[in-house]
Order: sequence, then structure tokens, then C-alpha cells
Amino acid sequence: MSTSTVPPDQQEQQPTVAALGTSFKDRLQQFLAFASLIVIFVFFSVASPNFFNYANITAILFSTVVIGTLALGTTFVIITGGIDLSIGTGMALCAVISGELIVNAGLPVPLGVLGTILFGGLLGLINGFNIAILKIPPFIATLAMMLVAQGLALVISHSTPIYFSDAPSYIKISTGHLIPALNLPNAVLVFAFLAVVSAVLLNKTILGRYTYSIGSNEEATALSGINTRKWKMVVYALAGLFIGMAGVLISARLGSAQPATGAGYELQAIAAVVIGGTSLAGGKGSIVGTVIGALIISVLNNGLQLMSIPQEWQNVILGCVILVAVYADMARKRAA
Amino acid sequence: MDQDRAARGQAEEPPLLKVQGVSKSFPGVKALSDMHLDLRRGEVLALVGENGAGKSTLMKLLSGIYPADEGAFFLNGAKIQATGPKHAQELGISIIHQEFNLMPDLTVAQNIFIGHEPRSGGFLLNERRLNSQARSLIEGLHLPLEPKQLVGNLTVAKQQMVEIAKALAYDAKVLIMDEPTAALNEAEVGVLHGLIRRFVKADTGVIYISHRMDELKAISDRVTVIRDGRYVGTVDTQQTTMKEVISLMVGRELAGEARPEHVVEDREVLLSVTGLSTKALLKDVGFDLRKGEILGFAGLMGAGRTEVARALVGADKVDAGTVTLRGEQVHIKNPADAARYRIGYLSEDRKQFGLLLEQEVNANIGLSSLQELFQHLGFMKDKAMRAKSREYVDTLRIKTPSVAQTAKNLSGGNQQKVVIAKWLVKDCDILIFDEPTRGIDVGAKEEIYRLLNSLAGQGKSIIMISSELPEVLRMSHRIVVMSEGRVTGLLSAAEASQESVMHYATLRPDESAEDAAELGLDEPALVAARTDRKAGER
Repeated sequence: MSTSTVPPDQQEQQPTVAALGTSFKDRLQQFLAFASLIVIFVFFSVASPNFFNYANITAILFSTVVIGTLALGTTFVIITGGIDLSIGTGMALCAVISGELIVNAGLPVPLGVLGTILFGGLLGLINGFNIAILKIPPFIATLAMMLVAQGLALVISHSTPIYFSDAPSYIKISTGHLIPALNLPNAVLVFAFLAVVSAVLLNKTILGRYTYSIGSNEEATALSGINTRKWKMVVYALAGLFIGMAGVLISARLGSAQPATGAGYELQAIAAVVIGGTSLAGGKGSIVGTVIGALIISVLNNGLQLMSIPQEWQNVILGCVILVAVYADMARKRAA
Repeated sequence: MDQDRAARGQAEEPPLLKVQGVSKSFPGVKALSDMHLDLRRGEVLALVGENGAGKSTLMKLLSGIYPADEGAFFLNGAKIQATGPKHAQELGISIIHQEFNLMPDLTVAQNIFIGHEPRSGGFLLNERRLNSQARSLIEGLHLPLEPKQLVGNLTVAKQQMVEIAKALAYDAKVLIMDEPTAALNEAEVGVLHGLIRRFVKADTGVIYISHRMDELKAISDRVTVIRDGRYVGTVDTQQTTMKEVISLMVGRELAGEARPEHVVEDREVLLSVTGLSTKALLKDVGFDLRKGEILGFAGLMGAGRTEVARALVGADKVDAGTVTLRGEQVHIKNPADAARYRIGYLSEDRKQFGLLLEQEVNANIGLSSLQELFQHLGFMKDKAMRAKSREYVDTLRIKTPSVAQTAKNLSGGNQQKVVIAKWLVKDCDILIFDEPTRGIDVGAKEEIYRLLNSLAGQGKSIIMISSELPEVLRMSHRIVVMSEGRVTGLLSAAEASQESVMHYATLRPDESAEDAAELGLDEPALVAARTDRKAGER
């Protein structure tokens, strides 16, 4: 036995090299995502004369906001190893709630917005309860919530859109220009702010640390004396708050709450998270990656549209991008 | 060949199964070394040895899961080299593992013929032929089974019969059973033995792996003992005693150095457990843990030592029992409660239950104490955590280039120290070590032992679960011995010896008629526990 024992210092040496390689590869993945964004950006700039100008780039950023906001919350959920399918129709329900509170109940706009965001949090909390306490698999629990939200949005609004024509200050939340010099719609500023808050939450707070811990090894985290059930509920509730905010942003932008929309947004948001390098297996991911992922999707949509490629083909291309991104992530893991 | 024939002419025909000079090494461990073994025609050969003696490795080599480094296997004198369990089965060697490989949601017949389903027209399953084949097999073996029963609804004993039918579906010559009675009651053991006797004919044989001396007496013709991957000896069952077999198993020499010097009989009792029971296994477990004491937990695989630890920290559901901590009764519902009471559990499976492998050393060491020490209003105090981690990396001499190193890149011993550091930062008074030196090389083991001793010296109370007898004997002030979910012995350091511990570890707790009835009622739970554990492993 003693003959095969490696001297301790040699044992340490080897892995160190491997560790450097891993972290380098981690950085590479983010770099790759960013590099692909640049490549796509340059490609469209060359391919379409209407792509690279201030107005169009503003439009791209504007179109990133809703999916990006949903993707921010979903990043936390996916890092824990979970999934949230209810964010799309949940957003439509939140938009309807916002319309009910502000247009039909006549609540002041700030109060209505707060109520909507908290309602989103409640949806998330219910998801969290079903997943963490009742132990329903995340896919099923949020699939159920997706259907419930879709139905409730139609029931509450009687299947008709609610218009915010009498609440111009609400519409300004998305379309106004708080900082005239920047000439960016407020929605973009709100999204940038939310992204920074998310990054701080994920990297600098105990919530973020437990999010990674649970995704890395839920059992070990629980045995370390951490109430993993509580923290999973917190994570889904947080994702719910982002659903609420997305509901406000989209209805303010459209000037109306559209109860029948929302389905499909969840998949785009999950795609953004995955393209950004967050692992569906949990434990790994970043907000920067998610923002890049969301930008890649909207740049693709915008550029292909400018090149007059039909909507159907845009989806085909987006599908392929997701496959390539996930395969690259898996190849990286295997190499590590 | 000529030699073989000559040998046959001279003495007797070649043994049914012959294992000749087989060796196998894994990185850092020599699992088998020059192993040999003969199974004669028409006999039941018992194979005994301590945990880790090499029994499982031998079976895995036989079934072709790994190739042997040296040596060969002969079946009826012809050399065989199985390439996998299916090939081994085709050659005539069937192995029934301790953990069943059954699909609970399929029927008895579907399980028996899994992978060999009768078909019609090439790809359509022929369910009728499947059931009739299964029926004739079951009737041939006189098994109380129905082809269409769902396996998940069967008792453990009947599930085992399904395993046996599955093993015998292909004209097996050699049947190897690993701890077949671990989950059976007395009556079921009798049924199993009857079945084995019916199977053993002039051209077949059984290798029966077990620790239960009374069973070996009842079923086996000869007993082969192995220790530390080596062949020790073979004795005729009728001409031996349990004592002789045990002394062969443990060997004479006592590895390790001095026992802990200080006697702790008079120290205050920190933790007292009484009547601890779980649905799956534990029955009325009780013990005291004193301040500054290392309390060893010894027993064979499946005796319930890990289950005691998991029940104690609230990781598994407890049916009954009281826990008294510093004189007050406490209810520990989950590991978070246990951590609050300063009880830390270090799992035998560091990778699955102890570490965040993909995270930094720093994040692992701070994990249990984040809320208490390393946050302010929810914001991480990363600097403080890194400083604390560095402090423990130094004091425990964890070999890592920095606290930012990913945990998976550390050696086993250093990973173990990271987990220890986690609980020391949490300032635990009670540390439960489950197999503290598993997967750790010899030099690092010594360091872990020193660390355990110094922790006990500082007044920490330690429960040490270990399958390595010399380790338990060397480290423990007192030893709790368990068998089949119960405490069967409590030994002081002075009384403990390999023989005495083994004696209590192989005791089969008395099974009165009442207990058997209870067991019968509990059986669905047993099945559930078994499948749960399997699901967990996956």
C-alpha cells in the first residue's frame, strides 16, 4: 500500500494546475458569450444598413427589458437547480392585476405598482411553498402555476385588455425619459438598475451564497445546518418579485394589460439564462451572463427582422443558438 | 490442460469454481492480493471477512465489472473471463447483490426476464409467453410468487426470491449470494435456506457471504475466511467454532498504538439518547456521550450506525426516542436545529453529503456559520470569512494553495479537514464523525487521529463511527456495538478487543414472535426505505 501512496506535496501540485484550467475555462465561457454577442452585432452592422444607429440600438435595448427582467429572477432559480415556467403567464397576470389596481380600483400609480410587484412575489412564494414544503418537482409546480396564472389573467380581466390611457404617469415608467441627455427609455434604466441589484444580491449577500450552495449540493447544505427549504422559498419569491416588475414594465410599455399574452416569454427567458452560461444542473451562473444572453436574443431578433427574415425562421435560428450554447457549456464541463 | 487431466486422474475432478492467485489494486489500495478459493460441486461455501476484506471486489471481478490485475478464474477446470454481469450469467455464474436490482413498478415476470423478454415478430413483447415462462420457473423453484404481482408491493423476502428466480432463469451453475439474510426475519431465513438446498445439486454450488455464525452453521459445508484482501484459511463447518472463525477473521495482531490514556467515566454526560427508533431500521437505541469523550460506534455494514447519526441530527425521520442535551430534553427536527444545538455531522460520503465540491474552500468552511458570523444585514462579510478560513487552514494544516481553491481539487484528507473546519468555525461541542478516514491515505489518517484526540482534549465530545476495527479500538474511550439496528454491546476501552467487538457485532438480536409480526407489518416501509436509498444513490 505504501508504495502506491503519492507524496503529499505532489498530490497537491497536480490539482492546482487543473484548478487554474477550470477557472480559466469558466472565464472563457463568459468571454465566449460576450464574443458571440460582438460577432453577431458586427455581422448585422455589416449585413444591414439600418442596424447600427442610435435609434435601432435603443430599440434593441428596449426590447431586451421584459425578457431580461424575467431572466434575472430565473437566474437565481436555475442556480438552485430549479426551473420556473410560470414567469411568462405570471407576468401577464401581474399586468392585469396592475390594471385592476390602477385603472379599475383607482389606486395611485406608486401604490398600484407596489401592489403588483408584491402580488408577483406572492405567486413566487406559492411556487416556493409547493416546491420546498410539498416537495413537488419545480417543473410540475411551476407548470401548474403557469396554467393557473394564464387562466386567472383571463378570468379577472374578462378576457379584455385593460388600457392605461388615464394614467400617463404609469406609461412613463417604461416609455418616459428620466434622464433626457441619455435619450434612453426609462424601462432600460429600470432594467439596468435591476441587473445591478441582482448582481449584488447574488454575489454579495447571504441569499446569493445559499443560492449557489443549494445548487451545488442541496443535501450537504442542509446537513451543514442551513434551512434549505426556507431559502428555496425565498429564491422563488424573489423570482416572483421580478415577475411582478416585468408585468409593470410590459403593460406600461404597451399602454395596456394584455391578458392573453405572456406564454412563450418563459422559454425565451430560460434561453437567455442558459445562453449566458448558467447551468441547468445548478450551482453555477452569473447575472452578467444572463444579461449578455438576453442581449444576444434581442440582437438576433432585431437583426434578422431588419434583414427581412420571416419570424418563423427567427425561431429556427434562436433554437439552434440555444443548442450550440448548451453544447458548448457541456463540452466545457466534460473538459473540466 | 495435461496437468488438469493428470490432476483429475490422480485426486478428484476439478472444483466447480476455482479462483487462482487473483490480485486487484485500486489507486492507493491493494484490494485483493493472491486470492484463492475453491467451490466444490454440490456444496455451500460460506465466505466471511470483515468490512473491506475484499469480498465485494472478488464478486465484481468474477462478474467482470473490473478485470483482475493477476490470476484467473476456472469454471469446471476451464478458464473463464467474464466481460460483464450478463456474460458471467451466460457462463453460468449468477450473483445476487445485497442491494437488489429490481424495478418496483414492473411485475415479477417482467423483472425476472428483464433484458431477455420473449418477443413475437421481432419487436413486439409477448406478455403471455413471458408470464407462462415465469410461472414454470417459479413453480420449478416452489416459490410463493405470482408472475403478475408488482415487485414494489412484495415483502423484502419475496423480492429476494424474485432476485433468485432472476439469477436462476439461465441455468446457473454457481450462485453467489451477498448477505442474503440482512433484511430477513428468522422464518424467512428458513425459507431461503430451503431454497438454497433445493438448488444445490451434483453439478451446482453456492457461495454464501454472511457474518451470521448461526446461519453458517445451518447452511454451509465449509467456511473460507479472507482478511485484508488475502486468503486466510478454509475450515469444515462441522469441525469449527464461531470463536475460531472470528479469530481467523480479525487476525491476531492489533494494529495501531496506545489507547486514549485518560478515563472519562466520571465526566459529565453531555448528550443522552434513549429509545431512538426509526421505521426503517433502528430499534430502541440508547447511549450516553460524555464531555471530552470519543465514543466509538462499531458494527457490520447495515447495522444502523450511520442511521443513528442521521436520526440524531434530524436528517432522517425519527419514530420514537428522547434526546437529552446538557440535562434538557431537546427536539431536533432537522440539521438546522442540530447546528443550533452545536452538533455537527460529518458524513461518511464527503462528496455527496459533506462538501460543496465546486465551491471554494472558503465557502465550504464558512457555510454553517454564514448567518451567525459572516453577514451584516444580509450582506456577506467576505473578508472576515476569508480571514477565519485562513486561520483554520493554518491550524488544521489544510494543504491548499489558497482558500479560494475549489474544494474538489483537494486530496481526501484535506477535504475531510475542510469539513472539520466548517464545524469548528460553528463552535460545535458535539462532532459526529462517520468513517472519518475513509478514502484517506495512511499518512493523512494519522493526522486525522491526532486531530480527533486534540479535539477531545479540548473538551469536544466525539462520536466516531468506523468500520475499521483497529481504528475504533485505538481511538475510542468507550465503544457502542450495534447489530441490525440495535445496540448489542457497550464496551470500555479496557474490555474491548477485536474478538469482543466482533462477538457483539454478529449477534442476531432475539426475534420473538411478537417482533416477527411487527416486522411483517413494517415490511412495506422496509421496501420503501430500500428504494429510497437507491434513488438517493443515483
